[in-house]
Amino acid sequence: MTATIHRFTAPGWYRAALGVALGFGIGAGTVTLIRALYGFDPVFFGNAVVTAGALIAAPLGFLIGIGCFDYWFYWASGRPTRPEDHSGHGARSWKDYFRVNTDHKVIGIQYICTTFFFFVAGGLMAMVMRAELAQPGSQFVDANTFNGLFSVHASLMIFLFIIPVFAGIANFVIPLMIGAPDMAFPRLNALSYWMLPVAGIMMLSSFFAEGGAFATGWTAYAPLSTETPLGQNFFTLGVQFAGASSIATALNFLVTIITMRAPGMTFWRMPLLVWANFTTSLLVVIATPFIAGSQFFVLFDRSLGTHFFSAGTGGDVLMYQHVFWFYSHPAVYIMMLPGFGIISEVISTNARKPIFGYRMMAFSLVAIVILGFTVWAHHMFVSGMFSWLRVPMMITTMLIAVPTGIKIFSWLATLWRGVIHLRTPMLFALGFITMFTLGGISGIMLAVIPFDIHVSDTYFVVAHIHYVLFGGSVFTIFAGIYHWFPKMTGRMYDETLGKVHFWLSFVFFNLTFGPMHIVGIDGMPRRVSDYAQQYATWNAIISVSAFIFGLSFLVFLYNMISSWRHGPKAAANPWRAHSIEWQVSSPPPIFNFDEVPTVVGGPYEYGVPGAVHAVFKEKEPAAVPAGGGGAPPPTTE
Amino acid sequence: MAETPRREDNGHEGHPFAQMITIGVVAAVIGTAITLLMSWFPTNAAGSAGKIDTLYDVLLIVSVPIFVLVMTVAIYSVWRFRARPGDMSDGAPIHGNTRLEIIWVTIPFLLVTGLAIYGWITLNDIEAKQPDELVVNVTGQQFTWTFEYPAQKVKSPELVLPVDRPVHFKVHTKDVIHSFWVPQFRLKSDAVPGVTTRIRVKPDRVGNYEVVCAELCGIGHATMRNRVRVLPKTGFDAWIAKQRGGGAAGGGGGGAPSGKQLFTANGCDSCHTLADAGATGNVGPKLDDIAAAAAKFGKARHESARNYVRESIVDPRAFTVPGFPKNVMPTTFGKDLSKRQIDALVGYLLRVGGGKG
Repeated sequence: MTATIHRFTAPGWYRAALGVALGFGIGAGTVTLIRALYGFDPVFFGNAVVTAGALIAAPLGFLIGIGCFDYWFYWASGRPTRPEDHSGHGARSWKDYFRVNTDHKVIGIQYICTTFFFFVAGGLMAMVMRAELAQPGSQFVDANTFNGLFSVHASLMIFLFIIPVFAGIANFVIPLMIGAPDMAFPRLNALSYWMLPVAGIMMLSSFFAEGGAFATGWTAYAPLSTETPLGQNFFTLGVQFAGASSIATALNFLVTIITMRAPGMTFWRMPLLVWANFTTSLLVVIATPFIAGSQFFVLFDRSLGTHFFSAGTGGDVLMYQHVFWFYSHPAVYIMMLPGFGIISEVISTNARKPIFGYRMMAFSLVAIVILGFTVWAHHMFVSGMFSWLRVPMMITTMLIAVPTGIKIFSWLATLWRGVIHLRTPMLFALGFITMFTLGGISGIMLAVIPFDIHVSDTYFVVAHIHYVLFGGSVFTIFAGIYHWFPKMTGRMYDETLGKVHFWLSFVFFNLTFGPMHIVGIDGMPRRVSDYAQQYATWNAIISVSAFIFGLSFLVFLYNMISSWRHGPKAAANPWRAHSIEWQVSSPPPIFNFDEVPTVVGGPYEYGVPGAVHAVFKEKEPAAVPAGGGGAPPPTTE
Repeated sequence: MAETPRREDNGHEGHPFAQMITIGVVAAVIGTAITLLMSWFPTNAAGSAGKIDTLYDVLLIVSVPIFVLVMTVAIYSVWRFRARPGDMSDGAPIHGNTRLEIIWVTIPFLLVTGLAIYGWITLNDIEAKQPDELVVNVTGQQFTWTFEYPAQKVKSPELVLPVDRPVHFKVHTKDVIHSFWVPQFRLKSDAVPGVTTRIRVKPDRVGNYEVVCAELCGIGHATMRNRVRVLPKTGFDAWIAKQRGGGAAGGGGGGAPSGKQLFTANGCDSCHTLADAGATGNVGPKLDDIAAAAAKFGKARHESARNYVRESIVDPRAFTVPGFPKNVMPTTFGKDLSKRQIDALVGYLLRVGGGKG
């Protein structure tokens, strides 16, 4: 009996279920009571109950129940906090990944697995869309479902995959890289993670809402978004949870990177992945509140009868777009800068060369952060906004090509006269450099206003965004996952399967998204479930390529799962890299370091005689080989 | 020393840089030529279209070589500097090269500045005010367009334009944001609630085109299309004359509006199927058997079939046919149409919607 009660009072899934039920009851009860007091008819209104009960109060109940707030609640109420016994630190069995855990390595893996789940969900939606678009007319889904599919697809990919998976990789790697025992705020870190499944499940479950999933694109332009059925609220509130998670994590990274670097780790000795996540976190902290605001206003217009975005009653339709893009353009860099960091690590390690122009690489990240805030209205060249803003925003947009170019050219120069090991992460890095260049070039084209006026809202834009977000971001994610797979799991992945995965992805990525440039310029608008006969041939080709492209992911999935379970044990430093995470065992010890490392040089001093990045106290610097850092000689190649 | 050995350069393999540049230049020329020869755009049917097409060619000439350069360096480096099996050496410890870095900051800067200036000039060109403009008020609504010619006092669901005369479009919307786009003109402008947006076009090729809605506007977005005809001046004048006399001709005598004309003129055909009017929309219920449906639903709602059809037009939120999404049909018809016009439309629908399918 007491054991049963204990189940519902101790943090965990039972208490989470109770929290969901209580939260729903409180939310639904409150809104119904208010409606009764105001004399609204009907008093029990389904939309209001779902919004207040299921979308706001129940998720909060879940987070409290699962145990994200226990320590803080004890502390805030003045009761004695439980002494830290580290039982919530490290994972001893798979079950520990389903509990609130404060270990950055566990949280990193929780992040990565969860976000890949939503990647698969979003990818399957893309497959359904390509099936529908394989030929003109209506075959599989009706227009409303189709609009829901591309809206949920984009929202999941952006808010539940690309942005958080980078946070997941960084969560695992950054504290190790800077020689810290954990993140600065481990409990906040856990809360950041647990808000993600809430956001993702909310967006996915919108398909079950009355009137279907939210169907206004991930951009949710008002006033369409203020008029559509209930499903829209699942986006409006899902974004709040994903955004809050993002902000909290970014804050955590900033404090961790600023205050928890190992002795000797000056800013100019930080690996570029650390720089990348530092600059990304600045973007997140400054920009994300804007999308939160824009979506709250949409929610108020929908649920409370305000008129923020309705013309003629004091509202301003275009204001929505300005606020939305003030976040969502920097969001493009939130989805790209961490990838830049990953590529710098992978390229220098696998080309056995220092990063060319290290300081310029760091400065260009900062330049992108600053310029990134001055370009938002290039999404609005045909929106009917005040026209003078267009030319300045065209110029700033095109100027971003300069720091981005510095990065591309510096990576290429890093390859030059290197000793290039074409391992899977390196293949993805090279695929990234070339495909991201193409995406960047189509970005410059889109910045030129007269051309943009023609191709705005066409498949050309769809092609561009997938070149920068798939050929760009997702390729860097694959590169990062393969690169740190030995460190995260303690096992080696299968190199042959990795290469098969790369070549299938690379070829069919291009066959899928390349032709979209052509149909876009030729006049095919985006976000349509049906199209004119003249685009039929290209769309059939695109769909077939997309299916093979989708299947190529199964190679990755199989490789990851089977290698994690049965792969050969990984050495501490299979790539002979210099940065600190490779100087500890694979997987790392529960508290990362038995000895605090001391940083004595730059992170990429390949080929420099006697160069070492970091040393551990008990070892003499001279005894550490430049390529190994105390690890046994590499056994895998 | 304990560190990994550095790879020795093989001086006798030729000058790698010159070799690579040669390959790159040849590939860039071929790539640029291919992309320039491709036919990218739809028919060019307006003065501004030619300028945009030329701009795109310039963009290709600048950007294709850059892409090819990046590809060449990447592929060449992998081919030339690839580790041999068992090679444990490190690359050359090159940390940077200030001169090179200045070059690759300066050249892209100059290129984008040049392109931005060129883009700005083109923008001013295509938006310049022109003499003798024909004003057309464009109004979007879910899910069709209407075109009003204020000087000629004509309103039409079809956009008809005279060739070689500048047109000034003033774009509006009745509900959500739409985007007015004729791909053959290359120009596009969102239709924004509460705002009038403008674009200027001078069609210069006679032909049939299509207005495409480019901004997601709801369930019928994919099928929100209206016909565009660019006619010789005489043909346009004749069309205007016919439109102005059209009400009387169609209604037979007293100027009573024809239900069929009202049906197409108000865009009912973009969402509903009705064989008599040649309409094939599939957003809302099919109207070929509306008489039977009206009797059935009217009975359930205790009203006559005629009142049911009228209510569906004037107050579509009152009842939605099961299986169709709610809150999609515009609520503006009760305001925009006169009582006589509504009567005519209801009568027409009940007459031709007799269930013959």
